[in-house]
Amino acid sequence: GVRAMSSSGGPVTATLFPGDGIGPEIAGAVRAVFEAAGAAIRWEEQVVGSEVDARTNSMVTRENLDSVLKNKIGLKGPMMTPVGKGFRSLNLTLRKELGLYANVRPCLSIPGYKTRYDGVNLVTVRENTEGEYSGLEHEVVPGVVESLKVITRDASKRIAEFAFKYANDNHRKKVSAIHKANIMKKADGLFIECCREVSEVYPDIVYEELIVDNACMQLVRDPTQFDVLVMPNLYGDIISDLCAGLIGGLGLTPSGNIGKGGLALMEAVHGTAPDIAGQDKANPTALLMSGVMMLRHLGMREVAEKIEAATLATIAEGKYRTGDLGGTATCSDFTKSICDKIK
Amino acid sequence: AYVPSPGDGAAKKVTLIPGDGVGPELCDKAVVPLIEALGAPIEWERFDDISGANEHGEPHEEVPAHVVESIRRNHVCLKGVLYTPLSKTNTSTQSLNVQLRKQLDLSVNLIHGFSIPGIKTRFDDIDIVVIRENTEGEYSGLEHEVVPGVVESLKVITEKKSLRTAEYAFEFAFLNSRKSVTAVHKANIMKVGDGEFLKACRTVAERYPSINYNEMIVDNTCMQLVSRPHQFDVMVTPNLYGNLVCNIVAGLCGGVGLCPGSNIGDGVAVFEQGARHVAKDLTGSGMGNPTALLLSAVMMLRHVKLYNFSDKLEEAIMQVYEDADMTKLPRDVGGTANTETFTNAVASKLS
Ligand SMILES: Nc1ncnc2c1ncn2[C@@H]1O[C@H](COP(=O)(O)OP(=O)(O)OP(=O)(O)O)[C@@H](O)[C@H]1O
Ligand SMILES: Nc1ncnc2c1ncn2[C@@H]1O[C@H](COP(=O)(O)OP(=O)(O)OP(=O)(O)O)[C@@H](O)[C@H]1O
Ligand SMILES: [Mg+2]
Ligand SMILES: [Mg+2]
Repeated sequence: GVRAMSSSGGPVTATLFPGDGIGPEIAGAVRAVFEAAGAAIRWEEQVVGSEVDARTNSMVTRENLDSVLKNKIGLKGPMMTPVGKGFRSLNLTLRKELGLYANVRPCLSIPGYKTRYDGVNLVTVRENTEGEYSGLEHEVVPGVVESLKVITRDASKRIAEFAFKYANDNHRKKVSAIHKANIMKKADGLFIECCREVSEVYPDIVYEELIVDNACMQLVRDPTQFDVLVMPNLYGDIISDLCAGLIGGLGLTPSGNIGKGGLALMEAVHGTAPDIAGQDKANPTALLMSGVMMLRHLGMREVAEKIEAATLATIAEGKYRTGDLGGTATCSDFTKSICDKIK
Repeated sequence: AYVPSPGDGAAKKVTLIPGDGVGPELCDKAVVPLIEALGAPIEWERFDDISGANEHGEPHEEVPAHVVESIRRNHVCLKGVLYTPLSKTNTSTQSLNVQLRKQLDLSVNLIHGFSIPGIKTRFDDIDIVVIRENTEGEYSGLEHEVVPGVVESLKVITEKKSLRTAEYAFEFAFLNSRKSVTAVHKANIMKVGDGEFLKACRTVAERYPSINYNEMIVDNTCMQLVSRPHQFDVMVTPNLYGNLVCNIVAGLCGGVGLCPGSNIGDGVAVFEQGARHVAKDLTGSGMGNPTALLLSAVMMLRHVKLYNFSDKLEEAIMQVYEDADMTKLPRDVGGTANTETFTNAVASKLS
């Protein structure tokens, strides 16, 4: 945890972006559950603009950014990404302006919700600022395109340090560095060199290196062998989604983005689900579990566990499941059941 | 009946590269004896002494020229995997497997992943063919340190190779009565590079109106593969995504010991297991599963029009799996047999 509580001992102020589509409904569910659990959080609600803010060149306003920068902690619902030219996307703006260099996704099999895979309990840590996402591309001659992948020692070291610290703080046993250094010898070679250096600082954590293709194969054969995985941007993008697939999809997977100085913006990575928006049908689990990540990040472990346990128990019990989990319960029913279990 | 041309029954020379890891054992204990038992007119031109690493564990500079020549002459090769050491000092020599593919211009890689009845896996009835670009993209080998601590690695996508891969995918789908082709990409991020690949796929798709064409972003593809794999039929991909996709497919079908594959160029084909791993952990144990390499040999026999022999070998392998006698099946699929025991079981089905 970064901070135990706010210095005054009172509640911590956290930025909340309810987002679009089903966002406000599931954000409402989070508020209700946090209140029932007595989580010491005071929400500062922020809404993304409907027009481009000239100060940020994005729909994300200066006030939005300042709120997160001030509170250093936030929770974000799904947002509709407007398509348009000449301004920055929401995600890119948040990532750049808040310096969100790590993306963390715990993947946990939900007891009682059956998928083809049981007992998954792993965490993917993705470098989120460079690699294949450099945006540097050009057509050399007609029909020949080059795209640059950029790997730096600073960013690799930073993500490796984050992964090991996360593993240590969360009592995880093993960190696997995922790479393709047999092919990209210099780029991915630098990445694993950095991971190796950091691993030496943590002798109690088992360290291994896996080639990304082998990692994919091993993940679909036996995901229970993995604990914390750390990787460059693209492999992280792919493997984090693969892992979400193992446990039932993005509707159940929380996600966290970590920036400098422990700043953290947790988010549900699923979409805005316009087809069911406003109908009280959405499953709030991903946002709720992202909220749990947020509490853990703040060192509020007890209340985090309470909320997590009640959520898992409600799903396991099977009485109040939302449509995406094969049930007929409303978002409100599901939320109420969690609150009842907490009380 | 298959109507051969006069001379089609003459012995065919095939280059054999056992490779590193379990490769030599799989060749000695399974492939060579079973082709012999079949009585197929195959004459191996075998090269035992190529390996990815030298005696100091450092990478070899290149594939010996006479081996490349042999493949060019014979047009057909069966190959194990060459080990690529991760050298601290040598970061410029490319993997020999990649060098060989580039020298022979084997720009297409085909992997067939299918559920084998008799093996317990999480999903049944998977039947996916991955057609992957095999020589460019992230495997360009063009890398440099710009300033200390900053490395650039070039991904190269060309119209020519993209078109060749797409054309092969659709032609394969057409000739094998496949219904759909899914192009896998990340063009939302690599707009120009992966955009070029998609453009090629779209161009070719127009010439095959009877085949359903769709596109999927690679992260979503991998999520879909592990949750609803049956939606996929033929997949076409740039190099690296194909590497990941085919390993996922192999994993879903029961492991890398099962899925066959081949590399195809102009008039040259090199057959090897679909998910290419050397299995260093199994080397010398005699416990490797030869199925992937044997099914690659089945593909090879079909490729040289020895249909009768290819079908016989394939049926024999499938029968051993269908019997589900665990004492005759290899360890990676839950059995207790070693390579030799499995081979003997297949041989007994041939007679
Ligand atoms: N790491 C990143 N680097 C650069 N741009 C990004 C990054 N993440 C998201 N974006 C921006 O957000 C948009 C959404 O892209 P996409 O949903 O494919 O993101 P992603 O890389 O798959 O990440 P995730 O799956 O974690 O959301 C992109 O067009 C891009 O502008
Ligand atoms: N023919 C085979 N039969 C059974 N298992 C195999 C076979 N080939 C590979 N494997 C298994 O697949 C896994 C990956 O193989 P290997 O150890 O070569 O991977 P790697 O060296 O990490 O990756 P790469 O080959 O890409 O360098 C190993 O656990 C190995 O036992
Ligand atoms: Mg993604
Ligand atoms: Mg995405």
